[in-house]
Amino acid sequence: MRAAVVTFPGSNCDRDLAVAFEAAGFQVHRVWHRDSALPEGLDVIGLPGGFSFGDYLRCGAIAANAPICREVKAFAERGGHVLGICNGFQILLETGLLPGALMRNANLHFVCKPVDLRIESEASPYTASYGRGTEITIPIAHHDGNYQADAETIARLDGEGRVAFRYTDNPNGSAGDIAGVLSANHRVLGMMPHPERAIDDLHGGTDGKALFTGLAEMLVSA
Amino acid sequence: MKAKVTVMLKTGVLDPQGEAVKSALGSLGFDGVDAVRQGKVIELDLAEADAATAEAAVTEMCEKLLANTVIESYSIELA
Repeated sequence: MRAAVVTFPGSNCDRDLAVAFEAAGFQVHRVWHRDSALPEGLDVIGLPGGFSFGDYLRCGAIAANAPICREVKAFAERGGHVLGICNGFQILLETGLLPGALMRNANLHFVCKPVDLRIESEASPYTASYGRGTEITIPIAHHDGNYQADAETIARLDGEGRVAFRYTDNPNGSAGDIAGVLSANHRVLGMMPHPERAIDDLHGGTDGKALFTGLAEMLVSA
Repeated sequence: MKAKVTVMLKTGVLDPQGEAVKSALGSLGFDGVDAVRQGKVIELDLAEADAATAEAAVTEMCEKLLANTVIESYSIELA
């Protein structure tokens, strides 16, 4: 299985994400934002956390228009798997691959702490191995994680099983306590919490591990 | 010609920064500020001399990059 991790100027979780993919058995290709082509035969692309382009204009807005993101978008539209974490989630929203927007946290604070999430949809390769209703603890670290969309979109996400995770104690004001959302084909996941920061006992928890190993298992059996 | 783009959060979208500014103004003793909305202004110097063509181009820039139309609205002034 092959994963690509894209690095933008200001990405800072790219290596951690690569390590998490590798630990789950992926061969990882590191891709630079100016690259105009993706490696052949990819199973999944990871967009990492960080502060791409210094969060100028809006978080993720400049990165979403980087040359490589045209390829990421085309990959997703061909049915490819894309995982965007934190800034990667912001980038996915700016590309239009996922609906909604992430605004400044309602309390205006940068929030950096482990939070509890409930698996809301098991109908995705990222969440199937956890099982619906399972609670996991994953760190968050963001200033702009306040997920918002119009009521119609939120209802559609709910109805189509596209809310992947909800916070059990909302840290940022997100509508419906939403922490992660899926695309219509359930292959693109954007989430604010950092599962790649919870894959080793030394991290203080390993609840993020199953996201990567579960994805690997689903891709192998597919 | 020059273009000035003003980007604001759409009406109805909660603006936590505007709320914080409002609260700070209140604590400075400025009474009677009923609402504060915070946005951004982007100034562009354009090679284009025709106003209609420039406006069409800046509109496209707003739609593609300068504003996130999920949560933001924009207005364009040309000079």
